[in-house]
Amino acid sequence: MTALQVAALVVVAVGALAVVAARDPLRQAIVASFYGLSLGVLFFTFAAPDVALSSIVIGSVALPTIILLALAKISDRDS
Amino acid sequence: MSFAPYAVAIWIFLVGLYGVVTSRHLMHLVICLSVVQSSTYLLLLGIGYRTDGAASIFVDIPPNTKAVDPVVKALTLTDVVVGAAVTALLLALTVQAKKRFGTLDPDELDPLRD
Amino acid sequence: MSAGESAHTPRRPGEISFATRRTLFLVSALVLAGVMVWALGGVPSFGDYHGVYGLVLNHVAVPERHATNVITAVNFDYRGFDTLGEEFILFAAVLGLALILREGRDEEEGPPDDDASGRRVVGASNAVRLITVLLIGPTVVLAGYVIVHGPITPGGGFQGGVIAATALLFVYLGGEYLTLRRVRPLPAVEITKAAGAGAFVLIGAGGLIFGTAFLANFLPLGTAGDVFSAGTMQPLSVAVGLEVTGGFVLILSEFLDQTLVVRRRGGAR
Repeated sequence: MTALQVAALVVVAVGALAVVAARDPLRQAIVASFYGLSLGVLFFTFAAPDVALSSIVIGSVALPTIILLALAKISDRDS
Repeated sequence: MSFAPYAVAIWIFLVGLYGVVTSRHLMHLVICLSVVQSSTYLLLLGIGYRTDGAASIFVDIPPNTKAVDPVVKALTLTDVVVGAAVTALLLALTVQAKKRFGTLDPDELDPLRD
Repeated sequence: MSAGESAHTPRRPGEISFATRRTLFLVSALVLAGVMVWALGGVPSFGDYHGVYGLVLNHVAVPERHATNVITAVNFDYRGFDTLGEEFILFAAVLGLALILREGRDEEEGPPDDDASGRRVVGASNAVRLITVLLIGPTVVLAGYVIVHGPITPGGGFQGGVIAATALLFVYLGGEYLTLRRVRPLPAVEITKAAGAGAFVLIGAGGLIFGTAFLANFLPLGTAGDVFSAGTMQPLSVAVGLEVTGGFVLILSEFLDQTLVVRRRGGAR
């Protein structure tokens, strides 16, 4: 196992903990975006560039956007 | 050391599950669920990896070089995209839950109430 | 609204407190972790995968199918049937989402109002507008490239479809979403998505018509490395790309409509 893979694994493990520990959904969306990016890097070190492409586009762009939009709708009803 | 990817996959699974069990906000719950899903991607890719293997794309390398397993990569690929759509569906459900019940706390939502 | 881990006193008979729930989970998680470690201990160690199917595919796919991207060959040719199933999961999820977010009896579509706390519509600054408009074109071209070159280079219908859907995001960021909404008919997006799903099945049925199995690769194969070399994989990739694009555009526009346009009847939100 190369050092790059080990480093990527550590970052992903810490990232998963950070996503769960961020209790406020707004902060969680941003952390989830970073988590998607780190997953992409991990997949890239595992010799899977197309899976990394998928993960980066979805995890860093599409999913946080959907979360933020749903959040806007929810807190909209609060006020 | 060679067990590390599987150990990290187990760790991510359990961390996400902890988030789901102890969540106080439905949206936080859904995002933790997507974290649990991502642990399976790591597990699949970890199983199919071959040391010093290249990606299974032979455009500029001769077709007999050692490559990683393509089947798990294909599976994970479609999984990532479809999993995001299902997460979006769950988020739509939480938006509707807020509209109908006014609260997003799983402890307050009682299935037998009104 | 606080979402922290504060203690929650039981209010109904039989309900357990938060601390009990957490302890219970941690104990069972330890057991589960033990079982998983035991299970994964029997898996071949990392880097030493013995699976024969993948090995055979790596050696056989290029000569047989003239496609250099073995993963796309697996997705759209060898295991095309599984991709059909995945595609319909996507279809059903987007369908469910559109159904759930339909207008309720107490809601109506009012004049657009992009706010979360009473602001009026705030347009984007000129710099943001310029950049987003400039980026829409290259994004769509990139998405088309990724989709069509699926059988050759890393990519394919799934990734390219999501990239194309993010072009809609650029429109929203540039503040032109409401203009687009007037211009873009929603039925066109839904037709695209359904057409993509239907095209996949039709191309597969073409395999049936031409005498071999469902989803068999029946178009002529060219030389490996060319763009149009892999037979039915190209059209299948395009079909999936259309469907994924349509699906994600629908998801994004449903949520955007919810935030911008739909509100409770009577003026209050």
